[in-house]
Amino acid sequence: MKLRFLIPLIVFVVMVGFLGKGLLLDPSEVPSPLIDKPAPTFELSELHNPGARFASESMRGQVWLLNVWASWCVSCRQEHPVLVDLARRHIVPIYGLNYKDTRPDAVRWLRERGNPYDVSAFDNDGRVGMDYGVYGVPETYVIDKKGIIRYKQIGPITPSVLRDKVLPLIQRLQQGSPT
Amino acid sequence: MIPEIGHFSLILALSVAMVQAVLPLVGSARGNENWMRMARPIAQGQFLFVATAFACLVYAFITSDFSVLYVAEHANTELPLQYRVGAVWGGHEGSMLLWVLMLTGWTMAVSVFSRKLPDDLIARVIGILGLVSTGFLAFILLTSNPFIRLMPAALEGRDLNPLLQDTGLVFHPPMLYMGYVGFSVAFAFAIAALLGGRLDAAWARWSRPWTLVAWMFLTMGIAMGSVWAYYELGWGGWWFWDPVENASFMPWLAGTALIHSLAVTEKRGSFKNWTVLLAIITFSLSLIGTLLVRSGVLTSVHAFASDPSRGVFILILLVIVTGGSMALFAWRAPRVGLGGRFALVSRESFLLANNVLLLVAAATVLLGTLYPLIMDALDMGKISVGPPYFNKVFVPVMTPLIFLMGLGPIARWKQASLPDLAVRLRWAFGVSLVSALIAPVLMGEWFPLVSMGLLLAFWVMTTAVVGLMRRVRRNQEIGRPGLAGMTRSYIGMQVAHFGVAVFIVGVTLVNGYQVEKDVRMNVGDTTEVAGYTFRFDGVAQTKVPNYTATQGYVQVIRDGVELMVLHPQKRNYNVQTMPMTEAAIDTGLTRDLYASLGEPVSGGAWSVRIYYKPFIDWIWGGCFIMALGGGLAMSDRRYRLASRSKAKAQSDAVDAARNLATEGGRA
Repeated sequence: MKLRFLIPLIVFVVMVGFLGKGLLLDPSEVPSPLIDKPAPTFELSELHNPGARFASESMRGQVWLLNVWASWCVSCRQEHPVLVDLARRHIVPIYGLNYKDTRPDAVRWLRERGNPYDVSAFDNDGRVGMDYGVYGVPETYVIDKKGIIRYKQIGPITPSVLRDKVLPLIQRLQQGSPT
Repeated sequence: MIPEIGHFSLILALSVAMVQAVLPLVGSARGNENWMRMARPIAQGQFLFVATAFACLVYAFITSDFSVLYVAEHANTELPLQYRVGAVWGGHEGSMLLWVLMLTGWTMAVSVFSRKLPDDLIARVIGILGLVSTGFLAFILLTSNPFIRLMPAALEGRDLNPLLQDTGLVFHPPMLYMGYVGFSVAFAFAIAALLGGRLDAAWARWSRPWTLVAWMFLTMGIAMGSVWAYYELGWGGWWFWDPVENASFMPWLAGTALIHSLAVTEKRGSFKNWTVLLAIITFSLSLIGTLLVRSGVLTSVHAFASDPSRGVFILILLVIVTGGSMALFAWRAPRVGLGGRFALVSRESFLLANNVLLLVAAATVLLGTLYPLIMDALDMGKISVGPPYFNKVFVPVMTPLIFLMGLGPIARWKQASLPDLAVRLRWAFGVSLVSALIAPVLMGEWFPLVSMGLLLAFWVMTTAVVGLMRRVRRNQEIGRPGLAGMTRSYIGMQVAHFGVAVFIVGVTLVNGYQVEKDVRMNVGDTTEVAGYTFRFDGVAQTKVPNYTATQGYVQVIRDGVELMVLHPQKRNYNVQTMPMTEAAIDTGLTRDLYASLGEPVSGGAWSVRIYYKPFIDWIWGGCFIMALGGGLAMSDRRYRLASRSKAKAQSDAVDAARNLATEGGRA
């Protein structure tokens, strides 16, 4: 066998090596501009209690999850059991940002599927979502005691993401000093 | 019920594909004629099952069956019917199904239109295509099944991405896939030839028309994608060197090389190994393109949902298909003899140079596309490679290529003489040089790059004219009708080359003379762009079922005459609440006027974007002329004759070679 006829194969093998490595890296982990930046503060009326206001400032000193959801969002249905399960374990407070939704739809949706949220803020016109750079619902943010965004999940949180990334991060953040 | 029928058909198609991949190939290796003869009916059966599955998915979209997850994620009851059909391939799962539909469709076409080819060859070709479709059907069923049910069913769908709600979606992907996937036939012919050890002129002649059709569709598909990006994205650009665009452009470059190399193999018996390798490379680039687009290895404006398990699956497929065929090549190719010898200055040499340049171009695109990935894999940081890189490396590769385009068709086979060529082309060169120097002045301002671009375009046009005139004269000398006496494949080639020239004119003039202006306009304000006056007459609200729009009124005036009103829109789609800019474009032979609405500023004023794009439609016009040339070449009489019988085909090949030898001698 003449060696030169092997050249195409060798070039191809090298390329496959890079493609394979590339698959293991996650391009959607393109750092969000908001990571390690202070979370945009907001104050919105609560979903279940239109009279009451929820202010993100009130979460200072705690590690918390902000989950952007909507009743019209199909992927949220897939994610929801994971959140309900997480809430039951009382590891971290979960707050919802009900994004561009209507109150009756959203309340009914939670009644049918269970409510994992301590409070859902009602972002009717999506202005807060815009501050957070939401471009696909669901999205989830891990915010630390100082109000800094430490992690952003675009798309549904899967059990494996929760186990491998989110929970270890929360544990680390919770152990850190509150200053 | 209907989605289950689709699902079931898909499973049946997979089983049939597995039979198709095994029986004919084993049959041809063992000389079992019964097994070989099964190839055609199996291929047709497989197409039937995949088509049934596809029809079921279309039905689910038309009836808005939101109990199917894929439908719920990509449609909405308010989505107009034509987009509901387009939405079938608006997401990952459906596009893959379309991919396989195309593959089985091509296989079906091979089984129908190659009735007179030798049984063992067709058995191998169909067997290899069956192998590929087994891989992709397994991929769909295991990782990307479009028929998965959603329980409980969604009341309303998430709707199709507003960017995709356009006629472009209905035509562009099927066209593109026809081309992409069509190269699988050339690939299968190449592998079949390697397996059977029969790499001859007849083989090249059989695969040529298939390659040409695929190339024609790919050319049109890419052009349509470019038009779509131009009017839909609202940036006024027509090519962005986006990874997904590159994914379709690389097979195009390699496929163009393949067409030329096949011509040499058919007519002169040379380049056999090279042609086979090109066929493998071309289809592999299609597969790599699919991998890049579908796996989310690279981020791009097309941003499909990324899922590593899918990427790994396609990568494994790629390793099997490409790795396997390149290993086969390394094993079998050394035994293939060399073809006819040729001198350094000859049409063969020019075509070889053309091949090398096209492959270098494809390699630079591949490198630019994969570079961010390579850097990331080597942990050297996340970077992105943009248009500056591509423009910088592409022009120097393309310039000699286009210069050669003028020489190639006129040079003799086997041995040509440079002084002779120079004499024959001196007028062509003189005319193009002078017009290239003058034309920019007529456009208003002289730029060296514009002159250079036009020189190349005129060079291609004038050499085509010289070539045609010589043929006509020679035909008349031997008493044949001038134009009608030419083969369609020759006319097709000249038409395609002419299309390239038209394309270059478009690119050059747009880059040289376009005007882009962003202005803040109050109602009644006017602005001047390239001799046209644009007056902003305010905005009004309009509403259709699936979106509401703010529509602007921009009056175009030239020399005091009110020419037309442009209606750019800002749309807000109800379901995905995504604002979309819809540019208003007045298309013309020598210029496009392009207006799009920016943001409302204050007190009824808007930021308005006005573009003047001279000759931009020539870019796509050139592409369609190229595709037309491909169609003409493919309809050449001798390909129809070629399917008569093997013996006849080979004697035809000998005749053709003899004819060409004499043509070359007289040239």
